[in-house]
Amino acid sequence: MKKKFAAMFTAAAMVFTMAACGQKADTPNTPSTDGSGDQSGAEVQTFVLGSCGPLTGGYAIYGQAVVNGAELAVEEINASDSTVKFTFLKQDDEGDGEKAINAYNDMMDNGMQVLVGPTTTGASIAVAAVTYADRTFMLTPSASSPDVTADKDNVFQVCFTDPNQGTGAADYIAENMAGAKVAVIYRNDDAYSQGIRDTFVKEAEAKGAFEIVSETTFTVATATDFSVQLTAAKNAGADVVFLPIYYEPASVILSQAKAMSYAPTFFGVDGMDGILTMKNFDTSLAEGVMLLTPFSANSEDEATKSFVKTYTEKFGVEPNQFAADAYDAVYIVKAALEKAGCTGDMTAPEICDALVGVMTSLSVDGLTGKAMTWNAEGEVSKAPLAAVIENGQYVMK
Amino acid sequence: MTKAKKKFFSLKKTTRIDLATYLGVIIAFVVMTVLKDGGALNRKTLGLLVPICCYMSMAVSLNLTVGILGELSLGHAGFMSVGAFSGVIVSQSLLTAVPSAPVRLAIAMIVGASFAALVGLLVGTPVLRLQGDYLAIVTLAFGEIIADLVNCLIVGYDASGLHILFNLSGKKTIDDLGLDAAGYAIIKGAQGATGTKTIASFTAGFVLVMLTLVIVLNLTRSRAGRAIMAIRDNHIAAQSIGLNLTKYKLMAFVTSAALAGAAGALYGLNYSSLQSVKFNFNTSILVLVFVVLGGLGNIWGSLLSAAALTILPEALRQFADYRMLVYAVVLILVMLATNDPQFKTFFAKLLPHRHSAEEKEG
Amino acid sequence: MEFLSYLISGISLGSVYAIIALGYTMVYGIAKMLNFAHGDVIMVGGYISFCAMFYLHLPNVVAVLLAVVVCTLLGIFIERLAYKPLRNAPSLAVLITAIGVSYFLQNSALLIWKAAARSYTPVVTGTASLLDGRLSVSYISLLTIVACVVIMLSLTLFVSKSKMGKAMRACSEDKAAAQLMGINVNATISATFAIGSALAAIAGVLLCSFNTSLMPTTGSMPGIKAFTAAVFGGIGSIPGAFLGGLLLGIIEALAKAYVSTTLANAIVFAVLIVVLLVKPAGLLGRSVPEKV
Repeated sequence: MKKKFAAMFTAAAMVFTMAACGQKADTPNTPSTDGSGDQSGAEVQTFVLGSCGPLTGGYAIYGQAVVNGAELAVEEINASDSTVKFTFLKQDDEGDGEKAINAYNDMMDNGMQVLVGPTTTGASIAVAAVTYADRTFMLTPSASSPDVTADKDNVFQVCFTDPNQGTGAADYIAENMAGAKVAVIYRNDDAYSQGIRDTFVKEAEAKGAFEIVSETTFTVATATDFSVQLTAAKNAGADVVFLPIYYEPASVILSQAKAMSYAPTFFGVDGMDGILTMKNFDTSLAEGVMLLTPFSANSEDEATKSFVKTYTEKFGVEPNQFAADAYDAVYIVKAALEKAGCTGDMTAPEICDALVGVMTSLSVDGLTGKAMTWNAEGEVSKAPLAAVIENGQYVMK
Repeated sequence: MTKAKKKFFSLKKTTRIDLATYLGVIIAFVVMTVLKDGGALNRKTLGLLVPICCYMSMAVSLNLTVGILGELSLGHAGFMSVGAFSGVIVSQSLLTAVPSAPVRLAIAMIVGASFAALVGLLVGTPVLRLQGDYLAIVTLAFGEIIADLVNCLIVGYDASGLHILFNLSGKKTIDDLGLDAAGYAIIKGAQGATGTKTIASFTAGFVLVMLTLVIVLNLTRSRAGRAIMAIRDNHIAAQSIGLNLTKYKLMAFVTSAALAGAAGALYGLNYSSLQSVKFNFNTSILVLVFVVLGGLGNIWGSLLSAAALTILPEALRQFADYRMLVYAVVLILVMLATNDPQFKTFFAKLLPHRHSAEEKEG
Repeated sequence: MEFLSYLISGISLGSVYAIIALGYTMVYGIAKMLNFAHGDVIMVGGYISFCAMFYLHLPNVVAVLLAVVVCTLLGIFIERLAYKPLRNAPSLAVLITAIGVSYFLQNSALLIWKAAARSYTPVVTGTASLLDGRLSVSYISLLTIVACVVIMLSLTLFVSKSKMGKAMRACSEDKAAAQLMGINVNATISATFAIGSALAAIAGVLLCSFNTSLMPTTGSMPGIKAFTAAVFGGIGSIPGAFLGGLLLGIIEALAKAYVSTTLANAIVFAVLIVVLLVKPAGLLGRSVPEKV
């Protein structure tokens, strides 16, 4: 008993000392030593780039994709002959505003100059306010609410905004499926889902080309079973079910719909992307599903192919749209840094001002869109592509 | 021994501990403020100051329910949520009326505390007759209900005043509020409160912790406090000597809710965005962990463990992917160690004062 | 007809909750502790059976058995390491340790299996069509309901008739007295954990077959719901857990269908509060009069 206790105590003590040691070791790193070291010889400029997202907890599926995608891009850039190189920092923000600010502060303490993150909308809004006050350049790969960029000149997005998606989906259905009876199933405790739903319904009413016959919701607490929502849609005679949600619950909805032999056209948004590469997913369930997506993991495009291959090899899972957005984000930052002619010894506010100056005149080709451009509000402009899943593949419409 | 020292030791032991607690908090505040103004703190530490104050206040107030009243509550974050969102609404709607940030913060915290107290009264009156795990589950249920209700809340402000909408059908949006052109949204359903002006400060946090301490310690050491502890130790005996159980239980419960509400308001005004999912079951559990680790009924223990356990996951950041795993292991080991008889005797030998404190707790 | 189909989805959801609640109540009844790590053991059961089927291509039955064995061992291991040293500690200390174990399992799963969701192939597929196809029930729902009833009955029998079951009841009544009667209290409690964890594995397979997706956090929300169900029925009571789970599922489904999908969860909890106010020990719980 005594021995066991002693062992336990030692273990605990070790953990604490390790924690303490690590912290001390971090401090001398603070002024970006890597940056200033490199630039003396060649003209290579090294910047400290940070990325964060929920790496643990219920949203880890999105945060890990973002951080992995960014890391992959950084490694590629550093291995290339590019004159812009990055030192990469990553932190877990648990998808929470408080933790995201802690993560951001931690990376700033470690000399971060540019932020590619956070992943989730709530955390991004909280961090955006701080970066705005600090003058740190922030490019979020995946936070899609307009509130993230609102009134902040230093914050830009790589993904579509929620209203953008809602309008796009309503436009497409109005044009191609006029007269359809549409059911909406969305997640009402999620900003992304609610945001898209709000514009979609507003646009639908304005257009009047199709009718919304059923609207049901779920929350994280009731995401186990969708049969009631599906039954309601079926009974209302809906022939299109609009799912402004992520692919994980969508996969459950598809399989439960099949179990009750209900086969409407399912229509998803960019969050639906990833469903085909979900491990062990029966792609026949997704046959005929339509979605608006900027990225397709099984696209024939060379850049996408090589990205998917390297990502899968490195991280053991297939990339989704989040990873692609983050991968693009790093290349966007690189392009902007090159265009603005920043040097590694510039401070974060200096870099921020330089980048803000060039962002609106930048045009970048990425995995999630060709010739992406940005307006002063920080919104990206790229074409959403409507795709139909046929034989387990996206077919672009 | 100086005269002051002699006087200090002639005081009752509980008074001595209380004074030491106040003194500790004041010293900690002064030291941190000096370091802060001297620029000796890094950004991460600076950013942690306000949340630590909030969690300290949460832990001490929950200790009043769990440690001193002896009722397990798993919904403390629900009160924090009520305080946070009412505080945010008040502060955002007084933006022009009360330009001074500290005054607005004070008003927001008072309103947050009042609303939380009201909800505490509404919840406490029927449920405090339940006991043990049943009371625990009802408080858990309450926390979940609050989170769901706040999700339906749409609030905006314009020239004609505050507009509040309960989006129960899930079909309303911020446009249904009918705000005029200069109006702005405060809470947008699931998107939560966004664009909040952050006015929380470390000084406000310190004032909150001191107020919490004064209220909780004075209540505990008063006649009412002794009645509350008598109910905890044996409610039948307490009832038999004519104590009004409901009254004293409610007193502790509502005070605890109000303090959590004030802490929530401060927390809510420290971030520009806040969603109701923040105050879910996990946050309630987190605060409960602070209380249990610090020792039931042990106020300074709650303060210490709230600070330590808020810093710990941040200090573990260099473990990268293993951070939360290490946190879990530390949590288990600490619980095992503090409940190990050998560890206790070992500590008792090391710190002679601690021995008597332990007896008092038990 | 609509009502019937809603009722059926409520019953199938309820039986998933019930099967998890049985594990909760078993451990609570005997060890008097709220095992918050139960939901995460369910998740481990899901992953083990997934890996057995997907990577090792084992038959479904073998995969389920493997999950049961692994979870039982895991349960015993957890009990030994984390709960047993706290046998005489206050119950709150054990509660916090259980939460620590829950974090530990969740984050280990995150490291081992990564965050990306897996799609789970149900152990049985297909749908039974009733009343000329106007009503359809999936076989997995039927299996869950049957499994739930069988487990509930056999647990009740086991606890009331077998020697081990009697020992468990004795420990639940009074540990010290049980010890004096020559019952090995420690072994009995360990056995309870083993049974609870085995049930968790089965629950994991059924939950994932029902919900068809698997993530490291899969177990936590159903875990809380099932805990609620166990309290609803009267915690510690085996038929109570069954009834509580079933009712919880039905209330949730009907609230979604007829009141509001948004507030379904709040309604479930509101009903729970009302029930507990009327029957403070749950539906089938014993209220023990206190001695002075």
